[in-house]
Amino acid sequence: MSATVPIRNQVSETVPVRYQVGERVRVRHAVSGGHLRTPHYCRGHTGVIERVCGRFPNPEELAFGHSGLPSLPLYRVRFRSRELWPDYQESENDMIEIEIFQHWLEADHG
Amino acid sequence: MADAPVSSSVVPTASAMSTASAASAAAPAGATASATSKSGPADLAQGDYRRLQAAVEELLILKGIVNRDEIDREVAAMDARSHQRGAAVVARAWCDPQFKAQLLSDAPAAVRSMGIEFGPMHLIVVENTPAVHNVIVCTLCSCYPRALMGMPPQWYKSIEYRSRVVREPRSVLAEFGLTLPPAVTIRVHDSTADMRYLVLPQQPEGTDGWSEQALAETLSADSLVGVALAKVAG
Repeated sequence: MSATVPIRNQVSETVPVRYQVGERVRVRHAVSGGHLRTPHYCRGHTGVIERVCGRFPNPEELAFGHSGLPSLPLYRVRFRSRELWPDYQESENDMIEIEIFQHWLEADHG
Repeated sequence: MADAPVSSSVVPTASAMSTASAASAAAPAGATASATSKSGPADLAQGDYRRLQAAVEELLILKGIVNRDEIDREVAAMDARSHQRGAAVVARAWCDPQFKAQLLSDAPAAVRSMGIEFGPMHLIVVENTPAVHNVIVCTLCSCYPRALMGMPPQWYKSIEYRSRVVREPRSVLAEFGLTLPPAVTIRVHDSTADMRYLVLPQQPEGTDGWSEQALAETLSADSLVGVALAKVAG
């Protein structure tokens, strides 16, 4: 069905991958409307890059009929469940991995 | 294939949509088929969705964006997919270490090498071990590895599962009948964007030397998203 989305603002620019596997990152604590793929429960929290998934069109643009280009680096970020939920009771080692686009991340230097 | 852009352009209030689906899926985790047939409000919501779907379908055809045949073909193709595809992939991995290595490092290539038509889906396979148990969810909508599994069950789309499995996964798994020792780490995977996930469960005890076909029968759809284990029937 994606072929039916009108393509506008075709851009060939490549957005560089800014974070490497193992690097600590923080999810921006932004509050904004629109079609976001960054769940609220991880905003403002820190995790570690688990893998770089590649570049994908920006869903926040795609949802409104734009091309979503240039494609943005997408990461899997690993969070400790206790980081996301300070009162998490179940087991200290449990973790949650979430796909997050680069523009939602910033380096966390501790 | 993101479901969400379609729904967000069609349905002006996403929150109304989630409220309605919460009502229609109020059954506890583990109850699969009965969720749509219980309460009046749920039936009403289902009726609204059917009317909405029919209206959008008519519009897409009228505007020449898709035709009836294309819709019928896609529906037939979706109906033909079931978790047996995912089960065949996992059974092959249990029998063939090289295939398993490729499945874990480049799942789309491994799946295509079995002749399974796969579309543009990006797939990540995550392996259960004695130390780690993986569970899949899509907290934002209902992303599911449809190319290998067909349509997601009702509980997978419910607000209850989607909100609770990230918050208290062990309680949710226990409701499915799966109790894991505290020493086993739980890794919950939230399919928030372009990746889709399949769990590679541990091979059940006592099945060494079984055929791929017999092994595939130990795998339920639930086991392939991590809310159950692979099990020998009986």
